[in-house]
Amino acid sequence: MPDLTSRTESPDAVIIVPGTIAPGRARGAGPLRREGPAKLTGAAKYADDLVFPGAWFGATIRSTDAHATFEALELDPAFDWSKVVVVTAADIPGDNIVSSIKADQPILVPVGGEICHHAEPLALLAAPDRATLRAARAAVHARTTSLPAVFDPLASDHVFASYELASGDPDAAFAAADLILEGEYRVGHQEQLYIENNAMIALPAEDGGVTVHGSLQCPYYVHTALKRGLAIDDRQARVIQAETGGGFGGKEEYPSMIALHAALLAGKAGRAVRMIYDRHEDLAATTKRHPAIVRHRTGVTRDGRLLAQDIEVVMDGGAYCTLTPVVLSRGAIHAGGPYRCPNVRIRARATRTNTPPNGAFRGFGAPQTEFAAETHLNRIAQALELSPLDIRRRNVYQLGDTTPTGQVLRTSVAGEEVLERAAEAGEFERLRARHDADRRRREGSGTVPGSPLRTGTERMASGIGLALAWHGAGFTGSGEVKLASVASLELTAECRIEILVAATEMGQGTKTIFPQLVADALGVPFEAVDIAPQDTAYVPDSGPTVASRTAMVVGGLLIQAAGRLRATVEAETGGAFATTFRDYVTAKGALRVDQRFEPYPGVGFDDATYRGDAYPAFGWAACVASVEVDLDTGEVQVRDVVAVDDIGRVIHPVLAEGQVEGGTLQAVGYATIEEIKLRDGRYLNDRLATYIIPTSLDAPRITTILVEAPFDGVPHGAKGVGELPMDVGAPAVVAAIADATGAWICDLPASPERILAALAGIPGVAPLPPGASEPARPPPPPADR
Amino acid sequence: MPVEPPVTSPRVLAEAYAILADAPARPIAGGTDLMVALTGELGEPPERILDLWHLDELRGIALDGDAVTLGALTTYTEIRRSAVCHEHLPVLVEAAATIGAAQIQNRGTLGGNVANASPAGDTLPVLLAADASFVLGSARGERTVPAADFWPAYRRTALVPDELLLRIRIPLLAGREMRFRKVGTRRAQSISKVVVALGWRDGRAGAALEPVSPWSDVRLALGSVAATPIRATATEAAIEGRPPTPETADRAAETLAGELSPIDDVRSTAEYRRLVAARVLHRLIREAGGW
Amino acid sequence: MSAHRFTVNGAPVEVDVPGMRRLLDVLREELALTGTKEGCGEGECGACTVLLDGAPVDSCLVPICQVEGSSVATVEGLAPSAGALGPLQAAFLQTGGAQCGICTPGMLMAATAYLDAGGGPDDDAIRESIAGNLCRCTGYTKIVEAIALTAAGGGIRLTGAGTIDLGG
Repeated sequence: MPDLTSRTESPDAVIIVPGTIAPGRARGAGPLRREGPAKLTGAAKYADDLVFPGAWFGATIRSTDAHATFEALELDPAFDWSKVVVVTAADIPGDNIVSSIKADQPILVPVGGEICHHAEPLALLAAPDRATLRAARAAVHARTTSLPAVFDPLASDHVFASYELASGDPDAAFAAADLILEGEYRVGHQEQLYIENNAMIALPAEDGGVTVHGSLQCPYYVHTALKRGLAIDDRQARVIQAETGGGFGGKEEYPSMIALHAALLAGKAGRAVRMIYDRHEDLAATTKRHPAIVRHRTGVTRDGRLLAQDIEVVMDGGAYCTLTPVVLSRGAIHAGGPYRCPNVRIRARATRTNTPPNGAFRGFGAPQTEFAAETHLNRIAQALELSPLDIRRRNVYQLGDTTPTGQVLRTSVAGEEVLERAAEAGEFERLRARHDADRRRREGSGTVPGSPLRTGTERMASGIGLALAWHGAGFTGSGEVKLASVASLELTAECRIEILVAATEMGQGTKTIFPQLVADALGVPFEAVDIAPQDTAYVPDSGPTVASRTAMVVGGLLIQAAGRLRATVEAETGGAFATTFRDYVTAKGALRVDQRFEPYPGVGFDDATYRGDAYPAFGWAACVASVEVDLDTGEVQVRDVVAVDDIGRVIHPVLAEGQVEGGTLQAVGYATIEEIKLRDGRYLNDRLATYIIPTSLDAPRITTILVEAPFDGVPHGAKGVGELPMDVGAPAVVAAIADATGAWICDLPASPERILAALAGIPGVAPLPPGASEPARPPPPPADR
Repeated sequence: MPVEPPVTSPRVLAEAYAILADAPARPIAGGTDLMVALTGELGEPPERILDLWHLDELRGIALDGDAVTLGALTTYTEIRRSAVCHEHLPVLVEAAATIGAAQIQNRGTLGGNVANASPAGDTLPVLLAADASFVLGSARGERTVPAADFWPAYRRTALVPDELLLRIRIPLLAGREMRFRKVGTRRAQSISKVVVALGWRDGRAGAALEPVSPWSDVRLALGSVAATPIRATATEAAIEGRPPTPETADRAAETLAGELSPIDDVRSTAEYRRLVAARVLHRLIREAGGW
Repeated sequence: MSAHRFTVNGAPVEVDVPGMRRLLDVLREELALTGTKEGCGEGECGACTVLLDGAPVDSCLVPICQVEGSSVATVEGLAPSAGALGPLQAAFLQTGGAQCGICTPGMLMAATAYLDAGGGPDDDAIRESIAGNLCRCTGYTKIVEAIALTAAGGGIRLTGAGTIDLGG
């Protein structure tokens, strides 16, 4: 075959040396992304790029009912079933459970069992080629008997988890309040929409074990799931992360299911099996952000001080528990927003519905409740004729304040700083005053349409909105203590320094910042530090790559490990590590340090009472969004966003900004266009033509300002960055829409339909509330392009 | 990997006609609709496919007396780059620019948009409002069908199984003004919720135009509000002969809201479509009237 | 099955596959060029973007019968030589335009078409040129920055002659 990897004509090739590039606008600080060149040349191997000769292709037979009894799996006798492998629940050697918080979700629904949601896995097929697989799929029929389904989380009596947080005496405080404002806010499903679909390839071993290569965030979650479902031991299960094309939480728990499916097929087929989801399957079947209904009742003084908050949060867990209790927990703890309030009652519950299970997504419960908190606070400000900036200034947490779990904020509190910097950089007050005048002029001139069919003189209206948020860094409560993560560092016999962690790279920069932190701690060049592949055969369980914990927790462990490695070497050689570690290896051989997580000093949480330090520290984020609203159609263009995020310590400015920019756009999508409608418990937006995310033309110009209020519990002070921007974008955009139009949109997304319904005063223009499922009806014609 | 029906790629039109005369085949032009259907397993795949891509007889944009003729294989990119289109059919250029993004515009064709017969086809209201006609050909010869008669029902066309769409002919009327608005799901890669194309002639064609001159030959066509792209004839009649005043705009918007029966679907609601169609029309008349 | 002849990154190839086989599948499975990615299979995400006779197309929507006699350019052809990066790739690395990397090959090809056509550092024009390429990581900011940097011919400094090992 000819060489296809180089162009014959290479016009103006420039050769560059990493690390020597002149700084451009991106402030060249920090090393270049470690795996960047491989990604930029097409050399990086994602799961579907991996070739295993002789591998078969796998597929999942899924339910088409929301709730039903699985009566039988009917195989068309006209098809030659000897050519393929069929796996049902009867083939599962271990527990028919996808290991998670509760043991409620089956790997495959057994015949006679209960189907609990649309697109639930019922059986598996593998075939040597795709055409045979397609033919086999068409020859399988699942016979079911429908059962009544529950789609409304408020009507469901099955509660996955509930929490109640209380402080002070809310009832007495309401009685003393100058103003009490109530509001209800609803948010719908959101899809992570990593551009690489879920993918797993399983290779069976002769001893009944299995190796899986896949797109995933948490190798040890998959490892645990394989052990339980296949009844194999630690060494028989091996999980290797392939290059992963985005996760955002969407590859936190669901990959366990896919790995089990691939492994079951591989075991039965006796050969490698590829389980590569296409976009339709990925959208239809995998987890989404939890829809939520949040009700606020707030008592304030005339000058805008919060006296009492009574908040009810109801999340829709979908059909199985997955990570719902911890999503709900984070949502509940953050539900009041970053504000001092002496009397708080937060009641939160998550219930079961017959819809596909919801799970982890960047922000993990907080974007839902903080959207409600911020929008509600903005409406309070409006009711009091206060500036949204002033009301926040009066209430934002300061050092020494106490949160609803009784946590005293002793360190790293930067709510006020991010607020002020965002307001200043976004020219918030100046632009708000201008829009206020514009709005009054439109109203005063009588150009407000007298009929909803009539347009006004001006078609476009500008608005600006502000939001503030806090985000607990790392796992909630005693999560980190229970995890007891281990990160390791090895000075190898080849005189290399190797990082051994299960923390995965999925775009955020793990593989760049870890060598950076270790190199700094050891006083060696970035290039001297390697990072081992995320392969459970080699790396310890440093915990899942979730909760913005990687830089803070695992990074902290690595710095501690490096300190010990350095001390050991320097004690032996008497010289600086950088100049003597080779001597050490020559004299003493390789050296490995395993660093186990120790609780942060002075940080404690009681799971039973739900009191104490819910997080070791909080990150703080503010966002100012500028929008233009088309008053004829309700279409919104988010023009500019100023995002200010306190992340403790900036390890790598370019990568950190990238997190803020990407998270901000996901939040803008959540605010404006990302929507899933359901019919009879089935997602209607189950293709990329119908699940809409922002393009480059929809994206605002984003200005990122990073603030450093370090967390003193870790050596480098970092608090994590990934989730912060997700909490503030949506309420800022909705506030900007209100600034432009005068209409508060309390349901997400603030779609043109919802905006126009509000502008025209015709509720019927809006779709069903977020997360609601319309009843079944005859199938519509196929979607049009 | 999708189903791969057998395909034939003729180099000349006569060969394509012969293939179609022999047995029905689903034509493929730029593939931006058919390939999606095949990969997504949307509906039954065709038994065989006729690849039109190499038929250069179906390419080209020509100014032909009092009409512009566009070959069925004209891509949206070619329309966007065409000097003839910019000069004589700027509204078609505008519509082409709203379709997909560069990748789709480089492959998607005007003929494909017409023959695919989607009610959401973005150029179709423009073609209706411009009184376009379609030249169809087969081994039996050629015939011309007006756009208004081309889409009889949901996803149906006037093409018979052995026929191909060859050219789109758009007459140029002196003094004709046209406007286009697409309300979609986002700013690129967007499928429309409502498409509005409005055409009219000023009462005194050729003369210096007064904003308040009465309109004639009013054409109002819409996409995504019915099972096919449609003309809103009652609304056209409500505007015809009237100047673009506030009264005309109100009357037109009200007539249109009553005339349309859109549906709820995954992209929008019936009431949104009805309201937005009316408001967009109101805006277009307002802008033309300069009030 | 039938033989289809075209060029890929300048080299002539011949593949014997059904005419309706997607160009994407031919690249990935027949020619082992897995740099081109599949994100949706329906022309929405642009991850499979390649240049067909210089124009960006979604290779998931192009049947191989329509590629006959054409030239195809993929991400694998962008670097001037193994172990080096071209100016656009280098700009992406510098500005942080690639995060998870899955949209990157398609994004690079769309941007290459824009730059080859003489596109400049104008923000709006760049955004329009990549509007058919969805990215979920970056918010597009640093991608636009990388393309603008390349268009302006700035940011990159030659540090020496010859190919330098990127060590990646």
